[in-house]
Amino acid sequence: MKKGRVWKYGDNVNTDVIFPGKYTYSILEPEEMARHALEDLDPGFAQKVKLGDVIVAGKNFGCGSSREQAATCLKYAGVQAVVAKSFARIFFRNAINQGLPVLQSEEAVDSIEDGEEIGIDFIGGKIKTSRGDFKFPPFPESVMGILEAGGLIPYTKKKLEGK
Amino acid sequence: MGKTFSEKVLGLKAQKEVRAGEVITVSPDYILSHDNSAAIIKEFRKLGVKDVKSPQKLVIILDHVVPAASEKYALNHKTIREFVSAQKIQNFFDIPSGICHQVFSENGFALPGKLVLGADSHTTSYGAFGAFAAGIGRSEVATLWATGEIWLRIPETIKIEIEGELPSGVYAKDVILKIIGEEGADRANYKAVEFTGEAVKKFSLASRLVLSNMAAEMGAKNGYFEPDEDTLLWLKGRAKDKYNVISSDPDAKFEAVLNYNISSLEPQVACPHTVDNVKPISEAEGTEFHQAVIGTCTNGRLEDLEIAARILKGKKVHSSVRALIIPASRQEYLHALKKRILEVLAEAGCVILNPGCGPCLGAHQGILAPGEVALSTANRNFRGRMGSREAQIYLASPATVAASSLEGKIIDPRKFL
Repeated sequence: MKKGRVWKYGDNVNTDVIFPGKYTYSILEPEEMARHALEDLDPGFAQKVKLGDVIVAGKNFGCGSSREQAATCLKYAGVQAVVAKSFARIFFRNAINQGLPVLQSEEAVDSIEDGEEIGIDFIGGKIKTSRGDFKFPPFPESVMGILEAGGLIPYTKKKLEGK
Repeated sequence: MGKTFSEKVLGLKAQKEVRAGEVITVSPDYILSHDNSAAIIKEFRKLGVKDVKSPQKLVIILDHVVPAASEKYALNHKTIREFVSAQKIQNFFDIPSGICHQVFSENGFALPGKLVLGADSHTTSYGAFGAFAAGIGRSEVATLWATGEIWLRIPETIKIEIEGELPSGVYAKDVILKIIGEEGADRANYKAVEFTGEAVKKFSLASRLVLSNMAAEMGAKNGYFEPDEDTLLWLKGRAKDKYNVISSDPDAKFEAVLNYNISSLEPQVACPHTVDNVKPISEAEGTEFHQAVIGTCTNGRLEDLEIAARILKGKKVHSSVRALIIPASRQEYLHALKKRILEVLAEAGCVILNPGCGPCLGAHQGILAPGEVALSTANRNFRGRMGSREAQIYLASPATVAASSLEGKIIDPRKFL
């Protein structure tokens, strides 16, 4: 189980502040997308984020555009998971399809503070903090398959190849 | 017990009895993508599949940055054109056409009872014609191109009953802003919305599109109107395929029924930086701004341009305002041209831009500098969306934007009508 620093934000974090629209058709490489992650929400984030860090946010995370780069940029910035009170529908799908775990837990979000270290046990369905564990429902098999394959594209490729 | 529109149309697609909450695998009737087709092509190639499974289902419309504003955009467009030609994709609309949602509708792809999935969150627009239409991501579109299939969860439905008469100077945009302000940006997350009631039955198709388009701003998966005589008349000669009108049963189970009476509604304004930060015009009046935008997939149709021209005719836009007019499509542009609406707007000092998304997503044609304020008819006002993160965006109806342009500050349009 990896531990990571928490970056905590509020409600309705939208896709424009996660990955600005001005880059959506000019940046096609995921590593370059990562350099602009959360640019209009927290301009220092992309420089400071480390592999395994966790974003914790309020309700409706990822609302707005269907741009999948909002999930891609976070994944390639090193974010291991996003924990939120709720997720916007398209972002939720996009995150799984990019192999970025998205966990829903109101209690965890209320308890976890910015800057603290937390761990995530994906198999056991637990968010581990210094004050105790928070459960989340384990992913269904099909979703786990997409996450383990690293996203929908590698998952579909394997399926098409009959592996 | 009866079924909702969503349960019926998705059940037909899955060829089984379904209820809200179930997950099904379906094949959509049409798959929309725009400039992001270049990125989708990149993902499609990774799948190791040579050809698109059903090229006749693809609809590709270039609109987000047209004409290309830089070499990178130009390369994207070129990649898409080459792919379209190699894969023999018939339903391709190049840069003169206009905004995908308007072009898709005008060309008769948005049909009652059809399932449309698009790589754009405002794909919800086609609910205005009685389709089930939802936004999805790029990986999903690439997978759909290859396999033709996708999983969907059948959404619960929120029915929004709108009664009363629209007062003079108040429009569909004000109605949907009011609803989003009351209900919040996530009220319809994972859910379908059905708009009904005596008031909206009198709405033009263009006005219904405003509601369906902005249903996405409540998180909705779909924004459905039951097709009526006006819908069928509008589709005559346009429909690209046969279709069946599908309606919710009278005893269908809705997650909630919300009631609105619009008879005493005032013009509304969505203030920075969220679409649900909505205030009546009286509370936003006097806010100074630098750029006005009349256009986008929300409000760039003939009826919107007509309202703007009625207000601006014979007058001049305030010297501190840059007023941009962006017709939603070439068809709407030509209608406005022939009716001399564009002439009126140009004489008033507006900049007439080519049909497309314009500055709405912050890529070109009117980017905001730090400290600048825009008043726009678009559907989103998120921080940084139109350029600088230090800029501010207010959203309102075409009437409010046009009237306010005369004074350089937000004003109530009703005094001009």
